[in-house]
Amino acid sequence: MNNQKKKALRAAAKGYAFIGVNLIGVLVFWTFPLILSFIISISKWDYSKGISGLSFAGFANYIDMWKDEWFRASLINNVIFTVCFVILLIVFAFIISYILNEYVIGKKLAQLGLYLPYIVNIVAISAVWLALFSNNGPIVSILKALGIENPPIFIADTRYALATIIFICVWQNLGYTVMLFISGMVNIPADLYEAAAIDGANIIQKIRYVTIPMLSGTTFFIIVTSIINSFKVFGLINLMTNGGPGNSTTMLVYNIYRTGFQFGKLEFASAQGIVLLIIIFIITWLQFRIQKRNEASM
Amino acid sequence: MEKKKTVSKVIATVFIWIFVILCIVPFIWMLSASVKSEAEVFAVPFQLIPNELKLDNYIEVLSGKYSYLLMYWNSIKVTALSVILSILTTCLAGYGFAKMKFPGRDKIFLIYLATMMIPPQLLMVPKFLMFKEMGIYNTHWALILPAAFSIYGVFMMRQYMMQISEELSEAARIDGAGDLRICFQIIVPLCKPAIITLLILFFTWSWNDYDNALFYINSKELYTVNLGLVNFMDETGMQYSLIMAAGVLTILPIFVVFLIAQKYFVGGLTAGSVKG
Repeated sequence: MNNQKKKALRAAAKGYAFIGVNLIGVLVFWTFPLILSFIISISKWDYSKGISGLSFAGFANYIDMWKDEWFRASLINNVIFTVCFVILLIVFAFIISYILNEYVIGKKLAQLGLYLPYIVNIVAISAVWLALFSNNGPIVSILKALGIENPPIFIADTRYALATIIFICVWQNLGYTVMLFISGMVNIPADLYEAAAIDGANIIQKIRYVTIPMLSGTTFFIIVTSIINSFKVFGLINLMTNGGPGNSTTMLVYNIYRTGFQFGKLEFASAQGIVLLIIIFIITWLQFRIQKRNEASM
Repeated sequence: MEKKKTVSKVIATVFIWIFVILCIVPFIWMLSASVKSEAEVFAVPFQLIPNELKLDNYIEVLSGKYSYLLMYWNSIKVTALSVILSILTTCLAGYGFAKMKFPGRDKIFLIYLATMMIPPQLLMVPKFLMFKEMGIYNTHWALILPAAFSIYGVFMMRQYMMQISEELSEAARIDGAGDLRICFQIIVPLCKPAIITLLILFFTWSWNDYDNALFYINSKELYTVNLGLVNFMDETGMQYSLIMAAGVLTILPIFVVFLIAQKYFVGGLTAGSVKG
């Protein structure tokens, strides 16, 4: 008996030795900051006194942060961004994937070309788009050559800035989404299309009744991950617009950075971070629920 | 019927290829601007290849003036250490979760799964404070250490190792091998595809990491290429020919690896997309 206990203890010790290094790292760099973030978010903080300057403030920060116009703007912008980004991305990626998968010569090479923007670092991407969209840049020149008198100034114009950011993000994520769609399309059995053809279905009907239903799992996954990723947009905003002009392109993560690092309001920044976490938590939970329901109905 | 199909195939191919080329135009433009003089960059009409191909921009970027070489070296150092350490810790932890039995294992793994959901940028404020306390703020460790404990990596290694038959480990155990030996001499070599995928994934994350460098690095001599490129944009006062040359240099390592190992690249990034 005692021997057995010893053995179990040794097994446990060995097990923890293997996962230990990683586990400590995860606790230190993920779990602990998360707890700290929550503590700061419900505190008032006299920074001059260091850690002992923290005092409990209840949910005051969560209420006060709504007075900040930038925070409200960042939420609204982020929702607009998410909706437009996800819809455009999925529609474009689906059309491109379908054509690519059915007809195109050099399918693999085309996929790799589309994938390129996804692997390039955000700074180089921002730099090149800043140049392309600049006042004497090629895009404005082309628009002028096409006879447009006063072409939009894109990221410097409140009306176009958010749309420009959405455009760049769709471009950046297109190749990766196409890749996901195509790996789903490859798995659709060919006899389904043949059966549809025998029933006299045209191409639109085939897409409507075969491709789209067969891809529902893939599409669902893409929607969820794109929504989550759309709440994490940061680099592009910080590098291209700084949330401007005005606050027309500020978004949640950028606003956390602005509040915390540029204005030093750590409590508000932490509270905003927790709001972001709750949003992502709700999306993940909904995903889980919907998946469960679908599995049950199948 | 056959003919109709051929025609639509040709039309679709032309359409898609025009679209693909439009998508990579920014990079073509970038490459083209990087070998031009500043005056030629925005010249109308656009010239893809300038009359005189110049590498002056690259030479100027790499000359001592902007300490770009130092930043390049910093990035290589940070990326290499991050990748090596994270592969090591993920192999060990993956083995622990997949091949060993001990109390609390599955509960801890659940916590891992839940933690994977947290967007890393959300923790920028507490991490900033913590790193200051720990004395690693404004050192490369602030970039390397958090990257060295990849939750996603552990998750992936565990899934892969679970598929490997238990009999192999059993046979080795009868021959008297300990867990450490079984892990590194039997299991890990069988996980080559997973490890290559993780290598590429970690490499891309570290090399492209702009956010963390921005949050936790302050001194110019510690900048990585991403911050270097931003700094470069400020210092040169938006001289696009130079910026594009510097930009091409930051993309180059990723691009080379992408060409060599595209299969793993695509699979890995697709699987790891949730993190990002």
